Amino acid sequence: MTQQHLAYILRLADNALILGQRNSEWCGHGPALEEDIALTNISLDLIGQSRLLYSRATALETALTGLALTEDDYAYWRTERQFTNYTLVELPHYGPLAGTAHAEKDYAVTIVRNVLYATLMAHLWPLLERSSDTDLAAIAAKSAKENRYHMHHAQDWLVRLGDGTEISHRRAQSALDYLLPYTNEFFSADALEDAVAADGIGPRGTDLKAAWLADIGATLDEATLKLPVTGNYITSGKLGIHSEHMGYLLAELQSVARQHPGAQW
Amino acid sequence: MNPANRLEPRGSCEPLLAPGSSEPLHGCDDALLAQVWAVLETVPDPEIPVVSIRELGILRDVRRAADAPGLVEVVITPTYSGCPAMGQISEDIGLALNAAGLAPARIVTVLSPAWTTDWITPGAGEKLRAYGIAPPQGDRPAGAQPLRFMPRGRPAADQPPCPHCGSPHTERLAQFGSTACKALYRCLDCREPFDYFKPY
Repeated sequence: MTQQHLAYILRLADNALILGQRNSEWCGHGPALEEDIALTNISLDLIGQSRLLYSRATALETALTGLALTEDDYAYWRTERQFTNYTLVELPHYGPLAGTAHAEKDYAVTIVRNVLYATLMAHLWPLLERSSDTDLAAIAAKSAKENRYHMHHAQDWLVRLGDGTEISHRRAQSALDYLLPYTNEFFSADALEDAVAADGIGPRGTDLKAAWLADIGATLDEATLKLPVTGNYITSGKLGIHSEHMGYLLAELQSVARQHPGAQW
Repeated sequence: MNPANRLEPRGSCEPLLAPGSSEPLHGCDDALLAQVWAVLETVPDPEIPVVSIRELGILRDVRRAADAPGLVEVVITPTYSGCPAMGQISEDIGLALNAAGLAPARIVTVLSPAWTTDWITPGAGEKLRAYGIAPPQGDRPAGAQPLRFMPRGRPAADQPPCPHCGSPHTERLAQFGSTACKALYRCLDCREPFDYFKPY
């Protein structure tokens, strides 16, 4: 049991929570009723996964530091720099804009991101089922089952958009061109991942890259989309250094808890 | 229900453990546990009230607490990670035991082995069908294999028959439905929409 172990669990939890929160923005605003329900269900699964992971983190935290925290302490009472999710999952549902500019949500961005993340987790969760942390392994076994449905949903839509009309193809391709460089962070080498890999807790991101790329390539082929060049820049969300969008997301996520500290509902 | 009936073991005092699990089995000879099992038999799932939490495989075990033999532990497992009904289920268990005049039990939530639709009892599948929900089909979507849920000239791998007319000609309307565990389908013959309990 180490600080790295705890930090690794929190990374997994933060990714699930922040993507769940982001996708929940479609609740009541989906492009069709079925998609509204789908995105809301996916968010429910992701937030459920984050709760299980935060709950595991509280046990590790108590063992390491003696602090008795709750899931809510992690979700509602940490500040931006303490969250270690990938930058990809915090981005808004529209393409690149300067500063605080705002646009209508674009479903192609939502779908492309879900494909990129769910395909990663399709490889990560099954490996975590063999983790030396048996609680993590149990969470991974449940999450792997849920993730399959998330991935199939997103892949289906990517094929439908990419191999659809001229406009849907163009928008899917530009969402992919925009988001793919953010996936560099999935695979960047990192002392924390080296430490947990040495303890048999989880794999290093870099070990997942080949399998992930093969799956993404197959989906893009079917969707008639082209894999863009990702460049060398690596975002740093997993180190706690986020994009300008993260603060706004957290402000919304944490507003009720912070306006009514200690409230029970 | 009269108390004499409640004490009748109904075969449900055997814990439903996953194959290969090494947890000790509690026999029907423990009258208190048998009584708790019988009471919990009447606790319905909050979202699908035609089946009980035991029939859905949510209720995993009833046992005496290792640290306090007088205390009964009720072991439950969530279906989906984000299942919003878990709090309600714990509350319903407490209310049912209280109504039967039994002492409060400790509710223990376990994640492993992960819940699977394979644990839904065959009888419950029939009840689901009668209620208008197609029970899960055997095959589960395989790992990373692309499996298209939208018509692209290939039938989906797990097309459930219509629970209303029995026709095998059905189509998926949406992969996610009214609760986390269901998808929405439509029958191409009787035209009725229906829920499908997704394999998990």
